[in-house]
Amino acid sequence: MEHIVIIGNGISGVTLARHIRKLSDNKITIISSETAYFFSRTALMYVYMGHMKFEHTQPYENWFWKKNSINLKKNVVTKIDTSKKILHLNNEETLSYDKLVIATGSKPNKFGWKGQDLKGVMGLYHKQDLENLEKYAPNNTVCKRAVIVGGGLIGIELAEMLRSRDIPVTFLVREASFWNGVLPKEESAMINRHIIEHHIDLRLNSNLKEIISDENGNAKAVVIQETGEVIPCTVVGLTAGVSPNINFLKTSTIKTDRGVLVNRFLETSNKDIYAIGDCAQQEKPIGQRRPIEAVWYTGRMMGETLAQTICGNKTEYKPGHWFNSAKFFDIEYQTYGWVWAEPKENESRFYWEHKNGKISIHLNYDKNTHEFIGINNFGIRMRHSFFDRMLHEKKSVEYVLEHLADANFDPEFYKKHETEIITKFNKENKTNLQLKKKSWSRIFKKALS
Amino acid sequence: MKLLRIIGLFLFITSVLIFTGTIFIGNYTLSESSIRKALTSKKETTVNAFITVVKEEKVLDKPFNNQHLFINKVTELIKKSNKSITDKIAIKKGLTASEIEKITQLSTVNNQVNYSKELLQQLFLKNPDKIQAIDNATNWMYTANKKYAKIVNFKNDFNAKVADINRNNAQEFLLYDNKYLRFDLTKLSATGIVSNNKLLFLFLTFGLGIIGSLLFIISALFLKPIAGIRNDGIYLQAATNRGWVGMIVFGFLVLFYIVLYFYPYILVNLTNILDPVKQLFIKNETASHWFLYGILYTTSMFVMGIRMLIKYRHNQYQIFRTISVLFFQVIFAFLLVEILPIFDLPAVDLKNAWPLDYNFYTDWNIKNHLNAGHLGKFMLIWGILFSLIIIPILVYFYGKRWYCSWVCGCGGLAETLGDPYRQLSDKRLFAWKIERWIIYPVLLFAIIMTIVVGYNTYTIIYNPAQIGNNTLFGINAYKINEWYGFLIGSIFAGVIGTGFYPILGNRTWCRFGCPLAAYMGIIQRFKSRFRITTNGGQCISCGNCSTYCEQGIDVRAYAQKGENIVRSSCVGCGICSAVCPRGVLKLENGPEEGRINPTEILLGNDIDLMKLINNNNG
Repeated sequence: MEHIVIIGNGISGVTLARHIRKLSDNKITIISSETAYFFSRTALMYVYMGHMKFEHTQPYENWFWKKNSINLKKNVVTKIDTSKKILHLNNEETLSYDKLVIATGSKPNKFGWKGQDLKGVMGLYHKQDLENLEKYAPNNTVCKRAVIVGGGLIGIELAEMLRSRDIPVTFLVREASFWNGVLPKEESAMINRHIIEHHIDLRLNSNLKEIISDENGNAKAVVIQETGEVIPCTVVGLTAGVSPNINFLKTSTIKTDRGVLVNRFLETSNKDIYAIGDCAQQEKPIGQRRPIEAVWYTGRMMGETLAQTICGNKTEYKPGHWFNSAKFFDIEYQTYGWVWAEPKENESRFYWEHKNGKISIHLNYDKNTHEFIGINNFGIRMRHSFFDRMLHEKKSVEYVLEHLADANFDPEFYKKHETEIITKFNKENKTNLQLKKKSWSRIFKKALS
Repeated sequence: MKLLRIIGLFLFITSVLIFTGTIFIGNYTLSESSIRKALTSKKETTVNAFITVVKEEKVLDKPFNNQHLFINKVTELIKKSNKSITDKIAIKKGLTASEIEKITQLSTVNNQVNYSKELLQQLFLKNPDKIQAIDNATNWMYTANKKYAKIVNFKNDFNAKVADINRNNAQEFLLYDNKYLRFDLTKLSATGIVSNNKLLFLFLTFGLGIIGSLLFIISALFLKPIAGIRNDGIYLQAATNRGWVGMIVFGFLVLFYIVLYFYPYILVNLTNILDPVKQLFIKNETASHWFLYGILYTTSMFVMGIRMLIKYRHNQYQIFRTISVLFFQVIFAFLLVEILPIFDLPAVDLKNAWPLDYNFYTDWNIKNHLNAGHLGKFMLIWGILFSLIIIPILVYFYGKRWYCSWVCGCGGLAETLGDPYRQLSDKRLFAWKIERWIIYPVLLFAIIMTIVVGYNTYTIIYNPAQIGNNTLFGINAYKINEWYGFLIGSIFAGVIGTGFYPILGNRTWCRFGCPLAAYMGIIQRFKSRFRITTNGGQCISCGNCSTYCEQGIDVRAYAQKGENIVRSSCVGCGICSAVCPRGVLKLENGPEEGRINPTEILLGNDIDLMKLINNNNG
């Protein structure tokens, strides 16, 4: 029986622990300094918005850990002694391990802005950020205006949160359009419109110059780089992305770059030490994926995979086809396969948008072979298993379109758009595709066979 | 708009205060005509005796301004009237005080008890009926059968038996002091401002309430003009987070149900207000407390249904489902129940299926149907087919949701009036265990009760000669039906089921108590095409689905493992799917194969690993 120590109780570490427990009776310890129990970070926003209580963000009841003999330790790892296989924790405590897994996730980026550590300046990542937000932005009398810096997923979530309490929000986005490094211009424009519709003061092409302090060390205004405009505010949200949370490794012998460097087996430079989740950086990117993927499900998949290796079935980390999802205020977004912001050399695109400007799909396919490469769908839900199969079986874009009824995952009785979509495609491409009727047998055909 | 919302709230609260206040205003006056009307079904002797007592007590035409005192007086009057009837009849048929005296005297000579039939025959030579009656009741007391050591014991036994005889003789003329009699007498005696201004009060209670709540609800459409999931602040508000508002609503609902079921006469003024509405259906008919309940139920559902339609205006499943429950409530549960009796048909809710309708197999219900011609018989057959054939087939194709979230009245109230409380259901594993330990025993109780009641009904209708003591397995059919009605029908479904909305969430009855839900749940779990499909690996474990599941299902526990949700308790409300921010959940009916799909490794990971692990487990 080995002692597996996991640093970090996020989705990666917890998935790993659960799978190790299923496969073995190894001793498992999870160390976290953030919270005693695992919670879903993605749900923090709903606690502030009053949709949930914090306890609802915990996917497992508190008895779960003891029942599965997974030890939880609330402490901070300050140093790793890799030669003696010992962890140094706060309060002079030490803990020895046989195998160590680093799953410490990310921390919000700060780019050395003046005033970035003032009171009222915060990210949105940790549970502590939520407590901060309750303190500085409980309502619109305490917080007359908030400024959010950084036009990504967390930024727009923070904006939605503050708007739920009717707090005026200014949203500084460095780019010319929201999240346009990831989204093609059509989708990006759609989200711009939706942000403005929700009464957010959206400032594109705007960088933060500095945050101004009042006499008590509280943020009282921000200055915009480009215009020099001063925007009075009491809360500043810094949401310019995240980076691996690995400062505590700097003194160790474990090789790091931006994240902890790992090979395809999620092994670090040191024997018996692994890294998974947001903090892991692939030595060589896998396929078209980025070397560091701060995505919920990749953390989970690494946990699923590493459990195999640790329990004796050495398994390479081989993520399947890319997919992701998000929600921008009221518009849901899913993507399967790749749809880059800009088409690549060999790619062709098909875009359809509903006249209400809130529903769209964007198909990406090979110009020559017509092989389906990916889809962005906004305001319409699509079936993961369908597109996974399309990508796996290298189907053509025409095949995908003809079987779009199988792909639809909207609730029953929703208005269907497939006919309109195909008509548009036929018109633009002078084709004569016919929509196939939805077929249960195709839909539920085993995805893997 | 904000102002309109506040005005709406103000109007609504005012209407609730007036609604409650009407209970305490007005007078109650027993007049000869009101008594005669309240006692129409009673015998002339009874009515006259009662009126005489009322006159003797000097309360005829005397107004009471306090309902409590009035009820106390009525109780007293009923007792006195019954006593006077019993006494009168004793002279004719039973034993008078002097006769009793004579018998005890003669049978206790020399400080010894010597009581026999001969003694009776001597005394009542000319009245063999009387001898027979006393003999039947007291033959076990004959000295030949029982030795009394003390005379006082004999006297006690004898007096008790004779009182029985006298009461039995008078039985058919007695008034039973129960909630129905009290209700009728109180209702018809009510006078004063409310009874004189029924339409005005109808407006001040129901009218203002509807206008106020609609103002409050519809203004949301303008205050939050963009459609989408708006659960903002639900856990920050006292009304929806078991705060003080929730507690007041809780107290109000529980009290209302207790009064409605057990002290309906308290509500007479409110039923009087509704007389004009009742008379739309039947001339000169007055509204009962069930009519009041029906109106209240239907209007609550209607108003809160509009709220539901606005809240989920972007979600067609929710819109269709809400319109459907409103349709079935208004047409089937309300209008048809009022209209059917006009055509001499039983006043039943045709969609209310056994075993939720626990009175279906009672002798009176079956007789009602059999006596109502071909249509009545058809309705009876419909009821049987509905429970035993139609429901299972539809559950197979669509899951139990077609009933629970599209048709059912209890479900309809839960989905409209109860929607603001859905998040309060308990999601713990422990709660699931409790659920299974309660709901299936209730189903068993319902089945046993039905067997006993059904056997009794069968005997009464097809084998009247065999009518005995109405028991099967030593269980009395009426008693078990009454107990079921009290415990399950009233306390569980009403007081707890709806009264506890603000504490336990809106589906407490459906989740823990409803035998029909239990029955359909078993089918749904084991033989149905319905499931909630989990969309591959898209779940981010946020927990919205579990939080807003009114049935307390930990939806996330399945979704985050990539598993479909196939649970007997799922009523298919579709809210988990609606609140999911990542498009993970879809209610659908598909092939049975692969419906239950336990997974270890989710879609999106290495295909070989998925195959290896999932197939080993599957």
